[in-house]
Amino acid sequence: MAPRKLGFIGTVKRYWQLWAMALPAIVFVAIFNYGPMYGIQLAFREFDFTKGLTGGEWVGLKYFKQFFDSPLFGTLMANTVRISLWTLVMGFIFPIILALLINQIRSSKVKGFVQTITYLPHFISTVVIVSMINLFLKPDAGVLTRVLGVIGIQSDNFMGDPNLFTPIYWITEVWQHVGWNSIIYLAALSSVDTALYEAAKIDGAGRLQLIRYVDLPAIMPTCGVLLILNMGNVLNVGFEKVFLMQNTLNLDASEVISTYTYKIGILQSQFSYSTAIGLFNMLINFAFLVIANQISRKVSNSGIF
Amino acid sequence: MGSANGKIQASGSANIPENKHRREQRTPTDWVVDIVIWLLVAFVIVAIMYPLWFVIIASVSNQTLVNNGQVFIVPKGFSWYGYEQIFADDRIWNGYMNTIVYSLVGTLINLVVTLPAAFALSRHEFHGRRLVMLFFTITMFVNGGLIPTYLLYKQLGLIDNWLVFVIPSAVNVYNLIIARSFFETSIPEELHDAAQIDGLGYFRYFLKIVLPLSSAIVAVIGLYYLVQHWNDFFTGLIYINTYDKQPLQMVLRDILLANSAFAGGSGSTAGAGYGQELADQIKYGVIIASTLPLLVIYPFIQKYFNKGVMIGAIKG
Repeated sequence: MAPRKLGFIGTVKRYWQLWAMALPAIVFVAIFNYGPMYGIQLAFREFDFTKGLTGGEWVGLKYFKQFFDSPLFGTLMANTVRISLWTLVMGFIFPIILALLINQIRSSKVKGFVQTITYLPHFISTVVIVSMINLFLKPDAGVLTRVLGVIGIQSDNFMGDPNLFTPIYWITEVWQHVGWNSIIYLAALSSVDTALYEAAKIDGAGRLQLIRYVDLPAIMPTCGVLLILNMGNVLNVGFEKVFLMQNTLNLDASEVISTYTYKIGILQSQFSYSTAIGLFNMLINFAFLVIANQISRKVSNSGIF
Repeated sequence: MGSANGKIQASGSANIPENKHRREQRTPTDWVVDIVIWLLVAFVIVAIMYPLWFVIIASVSNQTLVNNGQVFIVPKGFSWYGYEQIFADDRIWNGYMNTIVYSLVGTLINLVVTLPAAFALSRHEFHGRRLVMLFFTITMFVNGGLIPTYLLYKQLGLIDNWLVFVIPSAVNVYNLIIARSFFETSIPEELHDAAQIDGLGYFRYFLKIVLPLSSAIVAVIGLYYLVQHWNDFFTGLIYINTYDKQPLQMVLRDILLANSAFAGGSGSTAGAGYGQELADQIKYGVIIASTLPLLVIYPFIQKYFNKGVMIGAIKG
């Protein structure tokens, strides 16, 4: 066995091969993840093209104030929170329901088939998903436009209607990821001791009661952790999909913080302002994460930190 | 839970196969529940499969019939027009080739950087592991944001450079954690003892013994990375200005969403009518053509997904 008191340097020398194996990853993360964090100070500086990332004058909270005072602030916050919360709640509930459902299928062949099919859309690119949405919801001629028309949901132009942006966003989001996100609950369900079912049945529990009193409690801790992790993304609505779904007609409901950051940062080169908004976004995310974690600890005694 | 455990004891010896046991006790409610479950399952299958099926049949159908709502289950007015146009279009090929190169080179770099690090972090005698893990995990919650990242890449000369697709994304912390959990739980410690006795260092132990036993996780991680590269749209949008270097997803955006003119000269947004209909057929075809590689390999690798996610879930 290894001698006890080697000290830090001693262990590095002894296990230099392990350090060497971890080193490339450490270097990449240091440069490409921590490097940009160093650049966050730009949010408090006046960006100076001649002096680079960290050469400008300190301006304190100027850019944060500019954002809070901006007439767009309210709209951006409202849109971001609305789209996020809907997606969060629905994207949380449906995978649980699907997992409970798949768990009820007793034929392993059918089970596998359903799983294969429900995972598939997860791997399709956002660009393709959004173009499918556009084609399916074309005014008059789209296949989905027709189907919805039959069941009484009508619109002249689904993609151009600001009121429909959020529902279209979260429904398609659920469609794409419900199967994939159910895997983790299925894993939790598969580890339930079958004796627990037997015991419940002897007590006279029917199928629904088994779900209610055995399956649900079994996946509760998983639910808690996933909800917390997702909460941290409440203000982080996926840039790509919103950006691709945007058009001039639905912009009132579809401009969110991430797309706005891109437009003023990359397209208009207002680097400091854009960085400040990004930082504000991250701080709020973090606050949501901490709050959700606290609640989860109190309620279900499980948290991520 | 306490009382339930007591009952397990009571029924623990009943060694009846689960299915038989359930069938014996079916009540009318159980039948109703079963029927509802099968209806829901059928609904889920149709709701998820139909859109994909529709794209396939629409890509080889007469678009007038598609737009009239006459194409529902099988193609009508069969025509390869869309695919012929796609094959004749340089942009698609250009994007395709770029994406293949970016995906393969990128995934190779990903694996070469991620797997050894995951292995090192799975070793308990690696004293720095808690610290290094913390260093990695923080990046899952904190990042610099778009502009600081952009400016850093600019300083590093990555703007409009194809390396931007393969270098900055070398490590995905989530994948690293999955791989680490796998090495921790699935490689028996005795192997390391034996390797040490044979005088193998960590490098050779990893290459000669651990890796050959880890093909499942290498496949899963490799696939995650590959899909990530294949579907990457953001990098092309932000960092690439030159047409020659655009990845497939950016080309798709131009054709599918920006409606830019296609080789067949039919893509104008304003004039619906004939031109727009042919453009639609091209779009359905492009969706299939760009997703086809995935659809082809998917059935073969699908079985690994459960495993991958479950391994990741253990200590995620």
